[in-house]
Amino acid sequence: MPGAEFRGLMDTDDRLAADLARDLDRTFDALVLAHQDRLYTIALRMLGDPRDAEEAAQDALVRAYRALATYDQARIRELRVRGWLTTIVLNLCRTRSLRRAGRGAPPVSLDGDAGGQLQPSAPRKEAPAEVAERHAERERWGARLADLPPVYRAAVVLRHVDGMSYPEAAAALGRPEGTVKAQVHRGIALLRTMLEADARHELEEMTA
Amino acid sequence: MNHSLDPVMTDATDAAVETALADLTATAPAGLRPKVLVEVGLADAYAHIDSPIGPLTVAWNGRGVSEVAAATDGGTFEARHRAATGRESFAMDALPSRLADAIGRRLAGDRRVRIDLDLRGHSPFEQDVWHKALEIPRGEVRPYGWIAAEIGRPRAVRAVGTALGHNPVPLIVPCHRVVRTDGFIGQYSLGGPANKRTILRSEGLDPEGLEAQAAAGIRYVGSDTTNIMCLPTCRHARRTQDVHRVAFRSVKAGIAAGYRPCKVCRPDSGAVLAA
Repeated sequence: MPGAEFRGLMDTDDRLAADLARDLDRTFDALVLAHQDRLYTIALRMLGDPRDAEEAAQDALVRAYRALATYDQARIRELRVRGWLTTIVLNLCRTRSLRRAGRGAPPVSLDGDAGGQLQPSAPRKEAPAEVAERHAERERWGARLADLPPVYRAAVVLRHVDGMSYPEAAAALGRPEGTVKAQVHRGIALLRTMLEADARHELEEMTA
Repeated sequence: MNHSLDPVMTDATDAAVETALADLTATAPAGLRPKVLVEVGLADAYAHIDSPIGPLTVAWNGRGVSEVAAATDGGTFEARHRAATGRESFAMDALPSRLADAIGRRLAGDRRVRIDLDLRGHSPFEQDVWHKALEIPRGEVRPYGWIAAEIGRPRAVRAVGTALGHNPVPLIVPCHRVVRTDGFIGQYSLGGPANKRTILRSEGLDPEGLEAQAAAGIRYVGSDTTNIMCLPTCRHARRTQDVHRVAFRSVKAGIAAGYRPCKVCRPDSGAVLAA
């Protein structure tokens, strides 16, 4: 599934880079429209808090613009826009987490899906009960992700929430591909353990 | 496809986890794009403030204030702003408090407060005119010819008038402090000449008194204790006691009488030196 989308995104990204190189000011809005949802998603899944996530995504896009304004045309044309923006937002998330930890606040709040704006990106026609159940399920998964060590969380979010290929995730994270693969597998295994524990817990409550 | 697992089934698969993760995408809040575009100066935010001439719309972005206009409904403002700048604009509840505070202090006469301006897309000549107008203190006026001479274009008096008429940020760039060379108050882009008089009055000037003085031939004022002559609204001229005040029709007449031009208001800038 990520494979097919991935090809389309690469083509769009190449065109975007070419347009940005030609005319940054006329093209930047297209970059925002193409990448704001995924940057916000990555920040939300890394930080857990919608307001923090919005600030991190905003900061990432502003920094991207200011950097592009200093790059020459050739450098912009060669840019892997998707991975480059991802690296920026991940760095900002890391700084925010450290700052938050320094203030003594919990590293990640667990009500990541609170707030009204967090509809799935492609809303389908669903019955209200199904919508509520899907929302609750997303919240549970958001909380499980938040419980992952950050190094696994980033790899899992890029590979399976954002749908990046391993080479792309490796480039965005600045880690060898093999390392990222291992981190994703380890992260998935931990999530599966959490899911099984939750299911067991639920089962115990039902039979108690 | 149902992603939730039956609670009885505890041996979850990696595939089930991966499917659930793929459903964790979110949509960016509606305010994200406007905030980004405004911050980098590719769009503007706007809100209303009060002024001596009624409510105004102020537009700004990360580079500075980009427009001041008489308040209208949002649709009209956005269409005009787009026509003038090519940029989208977004309505806000209020100005950022630091900007509101800075504009309030500037309008009250504090020239030290820094207000960044976004004057992209305007000619260097226009920007020179507007930056020169920024030097005129509250409660004082200068003739169009003065600006022309000060920016090194002494013959471009009419073009100075046009540039001031195109001032996108009236009140902040005080084009209301630039008057006709014959001493009459003249035109004003922000709602007409009556508004220009209202603003000058709010700054402590008497526009009709100035016009009457100019009509009576008093264009320059000297002090017989210092032998310095000034434009009539220069703070040094206004400090001169009546008994020591000497009036001149022209700078040349003043020079002939042994007076030198004030170094603050520079009445010789753009002055017609013919007697």
